[in-house]
Amino acid sequence: MSDSEVLRQTTLHAVHVEAGARLIDFAGWDMPVWYDSATNEHVAVRTHAGIFDLGHMGELSVEGPAAGAVLDYALLLHASKMPVGRARYTMICNEDGGIIDDLIVYRLGEESFLVVANASNAPAVFAQLVERSSQTPGVEASNVELRDDTDRWGLIAVQGPTAAAIVQQVVELEIDAVKYYRIAATTVNGHDGLLARTGYTGEDGFELFVPAEAAPAVWRALIERGQASGLVPAGLAARDTLRLEAGMPLYGNELTAQTTPFDVNSGRLVDFDGPDFVGAAGLAAQAERGAGTHLIGLHIDGRRPARSGYAVSVDGAVVGEITSGALSPTLDHPIAMARVSQNFATGDVVSVDVRGKAIGATIVDLPFRSRPPVPRLNPPTPPTEEN
Amino acid sequence: MSELPETLAYTAEHEWVAVGEPATVGITAHAVEELGDIVFVELPGVGDSVTAGEPCGEIESTKAVSELYAPITGEIVEVNEAVVTAPEKVGQDPYGEGWLFRIKGDNAETVLLDAAGYRALITT
Repeated sequence: MSDSEVLRQTTLHAVHVEAGARLIDFAGWDMPVWYDSATNEHVAVRTHAGIFDLGHMGELSVEGPAAGAVLDYALLLHASKMPVGRARYTMICNEDGGIIDDLIVYRLGEESFLVVANASNAPAVFAQLVERSSQTPGVEASNVELRDDTDRWGLIAVQGPTAAAIVQQVVELEIDAVKYYRIAATTVNGHDGLLARTGYTGEDGFELFVPAEAAPAVWRALIERGQASGLVPAGLAARDTLRLEAGMPLYGNELTAQTTPFDVNSGRLVDFDGPDFVGAAGLAAQAERGAGTHLIGLHIDGRRPARSGYAVSVDGAVVGEITSGALSPTLDHPIAMARVSQNFATGDVVSVDVRGKAIGATIVDLPFRSRPPVPRLNPPTPPTEEN
Repeated sequence: MSELPETLAYTAEHEWVAVGEPATVGITAHAVEELGDIVFVELPGVGDSVTAGEPCGEIESTKAVSELYAPITGEIVEVNEAVVTAPEKVGQDPYGEGWLFRIKGDNAETVLLDAAGYRALITT
């Protein structure tokens, strides 16, 4: 493809090409959508483990004595009360409460945070952080440093039931010390990096932040050590169906600038009791009048996937639309999330317009598949085979 | 380069045609590579009249919905029910078990590509 010249590449690009990956333009990056089969990659993550290149994600560093206060004001998160070593899922909203992006924030130190943004939104999020840092009440601009470190970090996710045993072979740190939604500094294959027990698949798993130039060596080491544990490289298509089964929203699908956290069942992320934040007034007004829409899970009749944009109706009246849909590899039937304007109860039946045909669908609880408990490796698994 | 049997005829819509009475139709290995995992196939009904170049069914992958086109004008005389119940067969064996439907019609009126012509189409 001639336009691949203008697409950004992670430092793992050559590794993907060598592995025969099919690459697509994803938010301006040339990224693997699948290597062999998206379905097989999905199943591998559920049964063994998959390794993902997330080098396109935005890593934004917020440091200094006022770092916590700036994030308190800029995001929905009460960041300044997070303990060091914790990760939190949050959102950044505009003045009206519309979602600019959903984020993971890691507290690396008393005065050091790492904000991970979606690739497509990272520049906008960084610009907002810069702007909001100068507007945060009681904060001197000199007390916070903001850096877009996207090019500095390589980000590799290893997800699945065997992920802990695989990752343990390349990190110095004892894996069991890093609990779910925690982060710790460690050496990764000999390089200074960060190990986070976070992910976007609904499985136990890890996200490894390593120096961008070290990512290919770390990837190869993981592939080599993980082979005996069923590790396979997995692309964006598998990542999408995995997160859908886990009931996790995707920016651009479930989340948009026109929807607030309340509109997508994420009101739990909004904390009116903490310090003031951008969007608080708009969100408080909405909290009073109620959410405009609700995010629901659907089990679609038949075998045909419902896709983003398909209308959802009840008794012939359109009540909303599908935001994400796929044939669930784990459940072996089509599932979808939809944003609808009325409340439904589990078991209620709606109709989905699948390219002109009315197909029945039943409301089911999210997530479609529950997260299995985080396993302990203790006693630590020794390296397999080698020596 | 994906598999591209010399003995078949092809369309610009990435279908192959085993010309005959009836003609057998499927999608090419190149189409399969582009689409990814096939998850749903909707075929025309037996007895349906179809027109060359007009949509007559749909094929869905994990990535997208694509229309199936009738490569020649005629009547559908047989459809491959096996790919309706197991759509992955289309990806696994596009020129064999993954065939889609058979048309009895007038091949003479239709301009199909030969293997070289189709190869040129997908490599430009």
